[in-house]
Amino acid sequence: MAEKNVLLEVKNLQMHFPIYGGIIKKQVGSIYAVDGVSFKLYEGETLGLVGESGCGKSTTARAIAQLHTPTGGEVIFQGKNIAGKKGHELLKARMDMQMIFQDPYASLNPRMTSGSIIAEPMNIYRQRRMLDLSRGEITERVEQLMEKVGLSRYFRNRYPHEFSGGQRQRIGVARALALNPRLILADEPVSALDVSIQSQILNLLNDLQKEFGLTYLFIAHDLAVIEHISDRVAVMYLGKIVEIAESKELYKHPLHPYTEALLSAVPIPDPEVEKNRKRIILTGDVPSPDRRRPGCSFYDRCPKKMDKCKNAIPILKSPDSGEHQVACFLHNNE
Amino acid sequence: MSKDVILRVDNLRTYFNTDDGVVKAVDGVSYDLRKGETLGLVGESGSGKSVTNLSVMQLISSPGKIMSGTAELDGVDILKYSDEQMRKIRGNRISMIFQDPMTSLNPFLRISTQMVETIMLHKKLDKKAALARSIEMLDLVGIPNPSARVNDYPHQFSGGMRQRVMIAMALSCDPEILIADEPTSALDVTIQAQILELIQELNQRLGTAVMMITHDLGVVAGMCDRVCVMYAGKMVEKGTNTEIFKDPKHPYTQGLINSVPRLDRPSKERLFSIKGQPPNVIDLPECCPFYPRCEKAMDICKSKYPPVTAFGEEREVRCWLYEEGK
Repeated sequence: MAEKNVLLEVKNLQMHFPIYGGIIKKQVGSIYAVDGVSFKLYEGETLGLVGESGCGKSTTARAIAQLHTPTGGEVIFQGKNIAGKKGHELLKARMDMQMIFQDPYASLNPRMTSGSIIAEPMNIYRQRRMLDLSRGEITERVEQLMEKVGLSRYFRNRYPHEFSGGQRQRIGVARALALNPRLILADEPVSALDVSIQSQILNLLNDLQKEFGLTYLFIAHDLAVIEHISDRVAVMYLGKIVEIAESKELYKHPLHPYTEALLSAVPIPDPEVEKNRKRIILTGDVPSPDRRRPGCSFYDRCPKKMDKCKNAIPILKSPDSGEHQVACFLHNNE
Repeated sequence: MSKDVILRVDNLRTYFNTDDGVVKAVDGVSYDLRKGETLGLVGESGSGKSVTNLSVMQLISSPGKIMSGTAELDGVDILKYSDEQMRKIRGNRISMIFQDPMTSLNPFLRISTQMVETIMLHKKLDKKAALARSIEMLDLVGIPNPSARVNDYPHQFSGGMRQRVMIAMALSCDPEILIADEPTSALDVTIQAQILELIQELNQRLGTAVMMITHDLGVVAGMCDRVCVMYAGKMVEKGTNTEIFKDPKHPYTQGLINSVPRLDRPSKERLFSIKGQPPNVIDLPECCPFYPRCEKAMDICKSKYPPVTAFGEEREVRCWLYEEGK
């Protein structure tokens, strides 16, 4: 445990988006999309980030990659805080950090061939003299990458529309690998794919991780997918992590009432199991993150709420000072 | 066999004539839907599950065309009905709910206007009675404070609530059949659980037969009595829910069930995956469409489309594996 290297540490990350209103368009409020997220990501592991739409999981990834400049907190990547960094410094840091996006239709430029899409990250760094590769070497690497992700090198001159959804996602994966990164932020990489293609991509990501020793921050809303791919899982609700634990532990002994409800709501493809399961049906919808709550953010929907939860915010902490941390007064007194 | 069948679809073919060739979106699909049951229709995108149901409702527009087949509602073929006659069926005897409730509601009209319109048309009620009925329906689907919310616009509801409104609207004329086309695919898990529970409860309480179209095997396992599996416009396997999941016969169904990671059986092993891509349904040759991806493919699969092999009363599969030796 102790010898694990911390690759990325996020400390109290905040991403608030302003809301403008009124005649003079002054700021009238904020969307607290990510509000105090902290976690560590160890070298070579996969951390799953799960939650419902609007809980801030994608924003967290984008704020880590500095696609949004965080409004607060630190993003310590390979020992350096990159939050708010710009220009050369940021480019350098991001060389080891790449993203895979959800929609393989929207994340590839339709006017570029698959080969030039995969080569683009290398070309960007080459032009800035941060990467020492000749044009020929880049082409060679593109072909290698395409075969690595299961595409024929002869598809190099084809455009994205000539590929199916699953193949396009493979192009996205090849592009993310182009610079030999150490960390990949995968933002719902399989959500838009059909079941039979989804398992192909999950296997591919697993193989690549083993081969290149990659570290993944894997975002998805599908709990079964997250369980399958992750070593550890963090559950988000309304911009905060409510529970984080090793994957097996979390699925066996969920502590937070939200995690319990979430797990019980996932349909299981087996009629026998489905018949005998007890579902916890939550009332109401996920509230809007447009205001900060004085108490626990799950208070309105929680089946186990207490008086205390209304006016005090629980802190993410382990009940027995182990790896399993939860933000709930049922298990912690703080 | 004929246990109160209310809708029997037989050999339905819907083709789209495009510049690139003929797209056989639905190619010889047959099924029956019985009173009060929930029938699941599973398949991946492009397998023709939505087009099948749109064809039954005669909602196919050019260049699509229903080439052949019958759809008997209580013994009468509604595919022969005129537009006029169909209008009396849609929303009255067969209702539909869709994946995205925002695009299926008119954003400019109040919920009351949209609901009253349907009810007045089919139920011959006056406006006041129709409004009362709308409020009753909204209450039934669990919308809090329905008499006030009925006057709201669609954007004032959340995704889950909008789907509830859609269900209330679909059920307002006591239809015999409710076609639910991916009703929860756009919703979050906790909201999905709410909506599925609601559909199940209404199915039992009102006795409406439900046709559940989905790509999510988990949803099917929890909701349906019987299941049909579609691949590339064709029905490849039919059976009761337990049979399909316990003993899938078609290699495609087997692959589909094995390739989903399961929460109740955590494993870090490699997932099973079906190789290749779903086929392009333009100008498909007359062979088994699953042939190029199938692990058990034989020579005959290349040249001929397999006939139906029946196992008992409920079970049907189209695969040469089971025709051998017969």
